Amino acid sequence: MASTEIMTINMGPQHPSTHGVLRLIVELDGEIIQKVTPHIGYLHRGIEKLSEHRTYHQTIPLTDRLDYLAPMSNNLGYVLAVEKLLGIDVPERAQVIRVIMAELTRLKSHLVWIACHALDIGAMTVFLYAFRERENIMDIYEMVSGARMTSNFFRVGGLSKDIPEGFTAAVREVLDTFPGHFDTYEGLLTKNTIWLQRTIGNGVISAEDAIDYGITGPALRGSGVDWDLRRDNPYSGYEKYDFKVPVGENCDTFDRYKVRLVEMRESVKIIRQALDSLKPGPVLADEPQICYPPKENVYNSIEGLIHHFKIASEGFSTPEGEVYQSVEAPKGELGYYLVSDGSTKPYRMRIRPPSFVNLQAIEKMAKGAMIADLVAVIGTLDIVLGEIDR
Amino acid sequence: MAENNRAVIKLREKFASSILEVKEFRGEVTVIVRKEDIVALCKFLKEELRYNLLTDVTAVDYLGKDPRFMVVYNIYSIPNKDRLRIKAPVTEGECTIDTVCGVWTTANWLEREAYDLMGIIFKNHPDLRRIMMTDDWVGHPLRKDYPLQGPDREPYKGRLS
Repeated sequence: MASTEIMTINMGPQHPSTHGVLRLIVELDGEIIQKVTPHIGYLHRGIEKLSEHRTYHQTIPLTDRLDYLAPMSNNLGYVLAVEKLLGIDVPERAQVIRVIMAELTRLKSHLVWIACHALDIGAMTVFLYAFRERENIMDIYEMVSGARMTSNFFRVGGLSKDIPEGFTAAVREVLDTFPGHFDTYEGLLTKNTIWLQRTIGNGVISAEDAIDYGITGPALRGSGVDWDLRRDNPYSGYEKYDFKVPVGENCDTFDRYKVRLVEMRESVKIIRQALDSLKPGPVLADEPQICYPPKENVYNSIEGLIHHFKIASEGFSTPEGEVYQSVEAPKGELGYYLVSDGSTKPYRMRIRPPSFVNLQAIEKMAKGAMIADLVAVIGTLDIVLGEIDR
Repeated sequence: MAENNRAVIKLREKFASSILEVKEFRGEVTVIVRKEDIVALCKFLKEELRYNLLTDVTAVDYLGKDPRFMVVYNIYSIPNKDRLRIKAPVTEGECTIDTVCGVWTTANWLEREAYDLMGIIFKNHPDLRRIMMTDDWVGHPLRKDYPLQGPDREPYKGRLS
C-alpha cells in the first residue's frame, strides 16, 4: 500500500492570487489542504506610529493608503473619529456628499473584488469589464479631489472643498449604466457552470464561527448574519436612506458573491437618494480653530494665509479622552481608536482593519478543501494587504 | 450616566472587586478592570451579556506612568447593538496578561499584534509569535521609547544645503 506523506508548499508572497504580500504555507495531503499558515508582511508603512508624530489633519493622507482600493471610506472613518473626539457637528451638505463618495467607493472597491475574484477562478472577461467600469468612478474621484487614487478629500469638520459644477450630472450618468453592468456580470458568472462549481459549497463558515472569528462586512453577511453598521449604528445620516442589507444562507463563496452584488445595487440606490437630497449650503463646520479657511481667503488675504498656516503647521488641540468610531467599509468594520492627551497630535491611534481580522479565518475556511479552492477563499475574503500590514 | 449602563450594573454585581474605574466620554463607556480577572470577566460579558463580537484588542503605552500599559478590548454585541470598552492596566515589570483566545477566537491575531508591536505577553496564548515583524526583530515598534525612524538611525534633520 502506498504511504501518504504531507507535503508543505509555499504560496506567495508574489503570487497574483495572493493579492499583495501574502505568503501561505500550505500543508497538503495530495490536493487536500490539511493546514494553512498565513504569513503577512513585511510591507508596513508604520501608519499608527507615524500618526502619533503628526497633527490630526496631517494624518488624513496616510489613511488613504491603508485600503488603497477604498480611500474615501478610510478617510471617513478617521475624520468621524476625530470629530467625535472634538464633539463637533458637520454641515448637512458635507454629510450627503460624504455618503455619495463613500458609496461610490464601495462600488469601486467591489468592482476590483469581482474582477480579481473572477480572474482568480479563471474568468478573464469580467476582470476587463469591471476595471473598465471602475475607471468611470475614478474619473469622479479625480473630478472632486484631483486625484484618482489617494483622494485626501474629507477634512475634520467637512470636506476639503465643495463638489465642482457638473458633478451630480456626471454621477447620474455613471449610475445609469451600472444596473446593466451588474446584469452583465451576473450573466457571465451566475449561470456559469464552472463558476457555480467552484463557488458553491466552497469556503463554508457558519454564522457562529464567523462571529467568533470576528469577520465583518459582506463576508459576515454571506454567513447569514444580518448586521450592517450603516443601518445598526448609523453615521453621516445613513438612517435617512432606504436600502436593503442582503444576507446569505449557505455561508459559502457563492453567497458572499451574491451579497456583494446586491450590495452594489443598493449602493446605487443610496447614491440616487443622496443626490436627490443634496441642498446648497456650507461644506465645512463653522469652527475656525479646527477647520481650514476657504481657499479664496488664503489666496487673497494675509489674515486668511496666517489662519491657514497656523492650522496646517500647529494643528488644533483636542480634549483629553478616548473614542472608537467605526464605519462600514467595503471590506467590513473599519474602526479608529483614538487616545488624546489634550495635545495637537493623537497620543495613540489604533486602526481596526477589517481585512486583517477577516484573513484570520482563512485557516478555518480552507481546511479540508482542495488547493485550487484556496485561491477562491482568498478572493472571497476580499483582502487588501495594505490594510492588513499597516 | 455610565453607572446606568446595563453592562456596568451587571459587572458591578458580579465582579465588584475587579472593577477599578468606570468612565464615560462622548457616550462611550469604558470599564477599567484588574488584569487578573480579565478572562472570567470577558467570558461573562460574552455568555451572559451577549457581547459576541470582539472588535479589537490593542494596547496603549503611557511611558513614564505606572502602570505603563493599558490593554484595551473593544467589544460589541450584535443582538443588542451595544458597544463597550474594557481596559486592564499592565505594569512594565510584569508585562503579562491572560489571553482571551478561549473566549473569542478573534483574539488570536489581535493579541499577536499587540505582543509584536507593544511587547505585552499574553499568557496561555496558543501561538504567540510575531505577526508584523520578523521573528528575530529586536524591540517593539509601537512603544513610546522606540525611535520613530527605527533603531540605529539618526533622525532626519532636514536639508543641509
